[in-house]
Amino acid sequence: MADVVAATGRNGSWVQERILLGMTFREYLRSLWTPFNVVCTAILAVGLPVLVYRFAAGLGATTNLSQTQPWGLWIGFDMMTGIALAAGGFTIGATVEIFGLDEYHPIERPAILTGFLGYMLAVIGLVADLGKPWNMIGIFSNNGTQSVLFEVAWCVCCYTTVLLLEFSVPFFEWLGWERFYRPLKKALLGLTVLSVMFSTMHQSALGSLFIIAPGKLHPLWYSSQIFLFFFISAVIAGICMVIVESTLSHKIFSEQFEGQHVDVDKLTLGLAKAGAVVMFAYFFLKLQGVIDNHALGLIGVGFYGKWWLVEMLGFVLLPSLMFAWGARNRKVTVVRVAAIVGVLGIVVNRLNVSLVAYNYNQPVRYWPSWMEIAVSLALVVAGVLAFRWIVNRMPVLRSMKAIAAQRAEGTP
Amino acid sequence: MSADRGPAGLGRRTFLKVAGASGAAALVSLPAPSRAAGSLPVAGEDESSVLVDTTLCVGCRGCEAACAEANKLPDPPVDDTAFAAVRTTSPDAFTVVNRTQKGDGSPRFVKRQCMHCVEPACASACPVRALDKQATGPVAYDGSKCMGCRYCMVACPFGVPKYEYAKAIPVVRKCTFCAGRQAEGKLPACVSVCPSGALTYGKRGRLVEEARRRVYGNPDKYTPHIYGEHEAGGTNWMYITDVTFEKLGFEVAVNDNSYPKLVRGALGVPPVVMTLWPPLLMGLWAFSHRDGKGKGNDKGGHHG
Repeated sequence: MADVVAATGRNGSWVQERILLGMTFREYLRSLWTPFNVVCTAILAVGLPVLVYRFAAGLGATTNLSQTQPWGLWIGFDMMTGIALAAGGFTIGATVEIFGLDEYHPIERPAILTGFLGYMLAVIGLVADLGKPWNMIGIFSNNGTQSVLFEVAWCVCCYTTVLLLEFSVPFFEWLGWERFYRPLKKALLGLTVLSVMFSTMHQSALGSLFIIAPGKLHPLWYSSQIFLFFFISAVIAGICMVIVESTLSHKIFSEQFEGQHVDVDKLTLGLAKAGAVVMFAYFFLKLQGVIDNHALGLIGVGFYGKWWLVEMLGFVLLPSLMFAWGARNRKVTVVRVAAIVGVLGIVVNRLNVSLVAYNYNQPVRYWPSWMEIAVSLALVVAGVLAFRWIVNRMPVLRSMKAIAAQRAEGTP
Repeated sequence: MSADRGPAGLGRRTFLKVAGASGAAALVSLPAPSRAAGSLPVAGEDESSVLVDTTLCVGCRGCEAACAEANKLPDPPVDDTAFAAVRTTSPDAFTVVNRTQKGDGSPRFVKRQCMHCVEPACASACPVRALDKQATGPVAYDGSKCMGCRYCMVACPFGVPKYEYAKAIPVVRKCTFCAGRQAEGKLPACVSVCPSGALTYGKRGRLVEEARRRVYGNPDKYTPHIYGEHEAGGTNWMYITDVTFEKLGFEVAVNDNSYPKLVRGALGVPPVVMTLWPPLLMGLWAFSHRDGKGKGNDKGGHHG
């Protein structure tokens, strides 16, 4: 590390090459002055101090949580939604490494990176939400095996480790540490098997958390099979997120794809086929869950009955049909819009289960405080910035060779 | 605590003595357990329990005061304005007495606290076992283990666990059934001071029978239901009344099944996944890479 620091500022030094994107420090600072960065900095400047304040002042001073509403936005959005949206990592990992669909290779690393960042942010959100986070260590020693949260906690730990190892492949490649990079790359198949295993348990267990609260979650969302719904919708989230993210990546980082012949449109249409089938099945499974729960008569009745219809028709059936139509007629734009609707649908579903339809029978309803929203927003922004920082430097969207070649040509 | 603010004008010490004696008397006066042939075993029959006969409660709130003293909580409200609104337990009040009215206008009181389920949802939900069911009956809590996930609050069908949101380093607060006092052979603080015989302490098996004896022996008086006999799979605190349980503010929609059992199916998923997924996925891998069909991981070209 010392020689790295000493080398700073020298023309063509490691730091300048790998961290500052080939610019001098001054040039680099000047390049950061963009409207997008200003907005992001403003959001972080509000959210991060609030995060610190939460630990100084406690949950009561920062959140709108109450004795009847023990879980709020930090669990409902950061944890429940964040983890679901991070499902692209194992979905695409399995597609490429296990099913051998090599054409999806170019989007594997960004999907894993998104998964890794998503989990890191969910963990930070969780730490903010826990009253005494340092006691998390008890998960490993106290044998709370009757608890679904025990399963969730173990899976978060294990899968975050797996994601870290998966991500360390491009990381060590970036550092040029062949000795670590080679064996980890060889272990990728094993890591992918583990990632599918832990994700299956973890995504489903997040749903199982609510099985113990039958009187609190609205019957249209409550189901003893909720773990199946959570797992299947996580696969949907993975597919939709990968479409949205690869679209955005190829737009925003288009210069990184110069010289690569990746047919994103073709991959998108392929993903849409898978998405259409999974969403269609999910729609009818959910309907079956409602029938099984004797809640069929509640559909369309009152706010919750109508809101359930909005979720299921507008955010599941509609994007499913759009995927099918788009894939059949090769309309990539329709598929992309459907993917955005699908991602929103997952957000809506997770928020419905954990916040909206939870405590549906309580007279006083929860609404997050501005500080809860500020922290959640800051975490999302931190994730986006970390993603951008990494793909601009590490071999995620392009190979190390391409990075060096493009650097030599003067494109960042 | 000043001597002039005990219930019914009694000094706290005197009151405790008198009440302790009457509580013990109630204990002694129980009929011997009759395990007639064919009588069904009661869940948690050997666990210590309390039967609350709401028809006997006079609303003195001596239990609130005794609870506050035993648990070093702030003093409960002194006068009867406490009855103006329906109260819930809080981080600083592990038990509260609420008032309602019978059809004829006479008042009825109900003491609320943790129900101490035979199979507690909260303890099963606790991933670090800060909440744990003791073999003797109480659902005890160890704040030094608690990580503050508040899943117990999500799980509890009675809304009992309360959280110290106002504190920077918070813990969960709820009635402990005076587990420490019980271990020393003493009665729970609230039971020890009850002057009216509304609280009967004993083994759950015997108290279920006692409750049935009272309800079925006086069908004109009692509502034919023992709240807590089956609720949430059975609770160690049970209630009988001559008004409806809805009126007393009870959670009437609570399942009769054990709550921990609800998640047992879902908790059966991990062993299956951990056993089946690796061979299944490796099989799929072998299938998709047969005859060099898939080009495998070491394919050149793009990264990875």
